[in-house]
Amino acid sequence: MFALEVPATGAPFALQVLWLILIAVLWIGYLVLEGFDFGVAMLIPFLGKTEKEKRVMVNTIGPVWDGNEVWLLTAGGATFAAFPAWYATLFSGAYLPLFLVLVGLIIRGVSFEYRSKHPETKWRSTFDWMAAIGSFIVPLVLGVAFANFIMGLPVALATADMNTTKLLSPAAASLFVLTPAPYFWQLFSWFGILGGIVLVVAFLFHGSIYLTLKTKAGELHDRARKFASIVGLVAIVGGALYLVAQNLLYPALFPGLALVGWIVTLVAALALIAAWWFVGHGREGIAFVSTTVAIVSVAVITFLPMVPGMGFIAPGDRSSWPLNIMNASSSEGTLVLMTIVAVIFVPIVLAYSAWTYWVFRQRLGVENMPDEVALAS
Amino acid sequence: MSAETLARWQFGITTVYHFLFVPITIALSMLVAVLQTMWYRSGEEKFLRLTKFFGKVFLINFAMGVVTGIVQEFQFGLNWSEYSRFVGDIFGAPLAMEALIAFFLESVFLGMWIFGWDRLPKKVHLLSIWLGAIGTLLSAIFILAANSWMQNPVGATFNAANGRAEMTSLVAVLVNPVNLVTFPHVIAGAYVTAGGLILGISGWWLAKLAKAGDSDKSAAEKDIWRWATRFGAWVLIIAGAAVIITGDFQGKALTEEQPMKMAAAEGLCHSEKGAGFSLILIGSDCSKGNPTALTVPGLFSYLGAGSFDATMEGIADLNEQYAAEGFQGNQLQKETTTQLKEAGITDFAPSIPVSFWTFRIMMVLGFAAIAIGIWALIATAKGKDPKGGKWWTAAMIAVPLLSLFGNSFGWIFSEMGRQPFVVYGVLPTMSANSPGVSALEVGLTMVLFTLLYGSLAVVEIGLQLHFIKKGLPEVEEPTVLTDTDAPLSFAY
Repeated sequence: MFALEVPATGAPFALQVLWLILIAVLWIGYLVLEGFDFGVAMLIPFLGKTEKEKRVMVNTIGPVWDGNEVWLLTAGGATFAAFPAWYATLFSGAYLPLFLVLVGLIIRGVSFEYRSKHPETKWRSTFDWMAAIGSFIVPLVLGVAFANFIMGLPVALATADMNTTKLLSPAAASLFVLTPAPYFWQLFSWFGILGGIVLVVAFLFHGSIYLTLKTKAGELHDRARKFASIVGLVAIVGGALYLVAQNLLYPALFPGLALVGWIVTLVAALALIAAWWFVGHGREGIAFVSTTVAIVSVAVITFLPMVPGMGFIAPGDRSSWPLNIMNASSSEGTLVLMTIVAVIFVPIVLAYSAWTYWVFRQRLGVENMPDEVALAS
Repeated sequence: MSAETLARWQFGITTVYHFLFVPITIALSMLVAVLQTMWYRSGEEKFLRLTKFFGKVFLINFAMGVVTGIVQEFQFGLNWSEYSRFVGDIFGAPLAMEALIAFFLESVFLGMWIFGWDRLPKKVHLLSIWLGAIGTLLSAIFILAANSWMQNPVGATFNAANGRAEMTSLVAVLVNPVNLVTFPHVIAGAYVTAGGLILGISGWWLAKLAKAGDSDKSAAEKDIWRWATRFGAWVLIIAGAAVIITGDFQGKALTEEQPMKMAAAEGLCHSEKGAGFSLILIGSDCSKGNPTALTVPGLFSYLGAGSFDATMEGIADLNEQYAAEGFQGNQLQKETTTQLKEAGITDFAPSIPVSFWTFRIMMVLGFAAIAIGIWALIATAKGKDPKGGKWWTAAMIAVPLLSLFGNSFGWIFSEMGRQPFVVYGVLPTMSANSPGVSALEVGLTMVLFTLLYGSLAVVEIGLQLHFIKKGLPEVEEPTVLTDTDAPLSFAY
């Protein structure tokens, strides 16, 4: 077995572990929630045959997508606050991929708002495609990125000749940067690409099931269900391939976590199969719960190998973590403070977010779409 | 160009662009909430029509504010990773709190407001716009606390073991004296902008309908626009007064915490008793006296220190002082004095022309906007119609833009006046960018961001003008739908 080198003094203190878990939870919330609105948005140009059908699709996610996206912002903010060195290495290291994510989020974000503001077909179809393409880019890049964190991205300490004078940082505990050569091609490894495709497919599955759950009986509903039955099979095969490969080739190396990986893989596989079966039999609610379980499982499997190196490794050695939750974290005082804030506000946020889903629980059909004159303010 | 220079440009472009939408959304969300409250209380249809009209203007800007804001949160890590590592223990907390406490509130409740007209009881629906608006305000509190910390890094200590700043007191960070004057100044500036926007649109419509003569329909709409014109003008003037008062406080706080920024803003090279306020700057050479002309004696001393014959510190003297003793304003600055000396910086002044002119442009734009507000009030007093004409039209088009660009120049002054530091007196900007990110990467993304933002600006302005020209929407009394097969009265 590999030697577990953790070049920091002592074991992680409880709050560091807690905040790694909290950030994972924020990501899970993001993937589950924005997962379905990515899926729905990708499908607008394909499943919506008439303008009113497209509008039904937009309106199923309209009231909630923006709130869903805040999970990502909170995950980013929490990473910055709890593990500044992780935030620094991650965001500057994944520079171009992250840029693509931002572009995707920008073009889809404006599309929902702007499509409704002009009735012309050309205007609307432009924004439908922007929403679809943006919603495709983001999970594709995130999926590739997650696969790469599982493999481990090689990092080394930044050196003085790298664009910065390193004025206030003693070399002992400084900034890590990705080692350039291997990392770039690693992004395009088969495992990385597979990760991207699997996430896109998973969101298409999740999103089409959400559509069946949120639309009334009718052509759009049937089309969504048919699509879910097909894409579900792709998700099962692709997901199984990806997860088994992950467990065999890139298992979590922290003691005990590899076994957890296999167990959660089993859960993910069963959940995907259940989702496929239930949506085929018109049990949309439980199908949606199943894809939710599957996405949570995949996220857990992604985070397991990230303990304690957070996706970064020493070049060529997956069992050595120069950057880890101990040397990347904020001071104990800041973590205590952030914990207090989280304990107070997370339940409040969950409560009112759940309430919005309750308010907009009604299924929509083309008959619910008003004529153009009655557009929302 | 180096990666660092490009990173500065990228931050400047994306941040100034983002902040075009921020003041509009902060203040307009609250003003729309006020309009909807007036409708709720009086039942008068005109307030509902105004709520819907300005609600739409607000949402078009809100969408842009949201998407460009995501870039802001990630940009610290993208281009300024050493900064992020160095300050994260302090700076990360307000950002995370902003997301958790403010962004969720505004996103969830604005979604509720947009789509909830026929799902929520009137009162709850009204509450949703208020909560959304409060969310935007909370967001400003946190982000300005973070920004003020960069200007005046209080509540922090230097941890030599890992070479970074660490928080000693969140309270000190939140009640930073710079934050206490910056927050009201920025919020007042936001209301000047939103007031200017309401005034500009309404005043333009009012003059247009006045010229068109009376049909019953246009007479009714004219009255609504007259009310909105005066409402916008009052908001602009009151907020304008607040901007001036808080700006005065801010000048005094800066004289305390960042005297170099104020000296650069006044082109004051050498410390002077009864320093003057100059209208013109010629060059930026400090070797022979102050490079200024048309000087009102004593005014800088009065604005900066509250007395016409107070002594104001000049750039050359401050440079000498900082080179000898370092910055001694707070604990973090004191603790990093040695490291700063080793960096060998000799010029601690920001660009004098940039500071001098942005400061004046900010003020001129703000005063011009206020003047238009006063003119609009006079022109519409006692039920009069404005005479219209090209001057009126020009003023109505100008007033939102003057206010908006006043905000931009204020920020450019504030942030460029903090140079050469990213954390004032502690971390030089040149030490803060991302090592390992190449100039090519920064340059490429900068060009692409600029193209994307430019195209979005065309769409956004086009939509804005389209809706402004369409005028007040016809409205129906919203009711909560009970029939699940009925068309929704409000849907995208």
